[in-house]
Amino acid sequence: MKTNAMKTILLVDDDPDQLEQLKFHVARFGYRPVTACSQKEGEAILEKMAPDLAIIDLMMENQDSGFILSYKIKQRFPHVPVIIITAVTAESGLKFSLETEDDRRWIKADKYIEKGIRPDQLHREINKLLKV
Amino acid sequence: MSILNVLVVDDEPGIRTGVARVLRNFTVGFPFMDDDFRFETREAGSGEEAIAILEKEPVDILLLDNKLPGIYGIEVLEYIRQQEYDIEVMMITSYASLDLAVKATNNGAFNFVPKPFTPQELKSAMESITKHLYLKRMTRKLNEQGKQVRFQFLSVLSHELKSPINAIEGYLKIMQEKQAGGDIDDYQGMISRSLERIKGMRGLIMDLLDLTRIESGKKKRNIIALDITEIARMAMHSMEPMAIQRSVRIHFSGDQPVYMHSDPSEMEIILNNLLSNAVKYNREGGEVFLSVEKKPQGITIDVRDTGIGMDERETGELFKEFVRIRNSKTKEITGSGLGLSIVKKLTELNHGTISVSSKPDRGSHFSVVFPGE
Repeated sequence: MKTNAMKTILLVDDDPDQLEQLKFHVARFGYRPVTACSQKEGEAILEKMAPDLAIIDLMMENQDSGFILSYKIKQRFPHVPVIIITAVTAESGLKFSLETEDDRRWIKADKYIEKGIRPDQLHREINKLLKV
Repeated sequence: MSILNVLVVDDEPGIRTGVARVLRNFTVGFPFMDDDFRFETREAGSGEEAIAILEKEPVDILLLDNKLPGIYGIEVLEYIRQQEYDIEVMMITSYASLDLAVKATNNGAFNFVPKPFTPQELKSAMESITKHLYLKRMTRKLNEQGKQVRFQFLSVLSHELKSPINAIEGYLKIMQEKQAGGDIDDYQGMISRSLERIKGMRGLIMDLLDLTRIESGKKKRNIIALDITEIARMAMHSMEPMAIQRSVRIHFSGDQPVYMHSDPSEMEIILNNLLSNAVKYNREGGEVFLSVEKKPQGITIDVRDTGIGMDERETGELFKEFVRIRNSKTKEITGSGLGLSIVKKLTELNHGTISVSSKPDRGSHFSVVFPGE
């Protein structure tokens, strides 16, 4: 059994400050953060290592970068939990969630979280998915 | 050839087949339409039958008698209005009282054709109703497209405004709860990043104001004879502090005055944007070459840098609103994503063209050409 400090969390966000803050909090929770600032960089990291969990921003190079990266993670590492973070709901009126069977089939993420999440909530979600 | 579906509602079979026969080989075309229209006719002997057809099949034009055996034509008209069907209705009636005409018009009837009518009367009535229908649908389509573009712009804009607010808020919360400890010095990085994001937001707002002024066409253009060389030199001077900070050297070539008629503020925006991009997206110790020249193809402004460059896919997207090339090389650089779309709009407003060629890690070359006067 790995201890928390040995567990690696892959963080992917194209906003350097959001990424920095995710990194700060994840390290504070006692995990090892690995960061990437695009879908492409995220994919490159997956070539080299398997994270224990991934937290991905939805809109990066493309509007659906997060979904694609999540899909690729699940293809390679089916058991790695993925959290998708986004601000898309509030501004577009579009609503993504994993409520329906159809959504679950094509959105290959374990948890879908809106931006502006409190760090302690994020901590709880991470622990839940890592079964800590 | 497009097809419009016509439904004739009349209890006299002679009228129905007569209409069908006249419309069979009849087409309507106007110079402004891409396509001619022809008509496919269906028949109904009563209002009830007409409604049954309307519920199942698409109908574009309804020729409607009022005096029918069951429900009256006017009631069919009311039904169509309630259902909000996109149908043009023409009443065909032998005795149209003023009362009926008013009622029918209120319920959206487009026209009246008195019975009996000649084939020519029917044809000209069909021409006007077709034109009306076409223009109405076209207008709606254009409005929808306009709304769509505007909606996209606003949703991207709100995203661009929200990102820095989220970032700054995140840093402030970390500081508020002293999550990085009690020493203020440990927060310097977060403070300068917050200030940087505020600067970026201010830039976005300035760019938005420029864009709004250009697009509304409200800004009065002040067209005078300008020396582009002089404006380029001024832009270079105003960029100098940022260039020094980034150890980038700007070289200027253009010793001859180059005159053209334009608005000075427009030319300043073009030159400032191109130069600041060349400095911002450069490497430490890089160079920028700016030149203004009168060439055979026109007045040419060239801005060349030795910066991070782009690949072909990225240059193709570059002039669209809110497109920013995002990768590890650009992640610390703030920008609104509007600068180049503004440059392009202003260049085109001055009948010019802008082009770009670029190589990743080698640099980019932007060229603006204004055809000679």
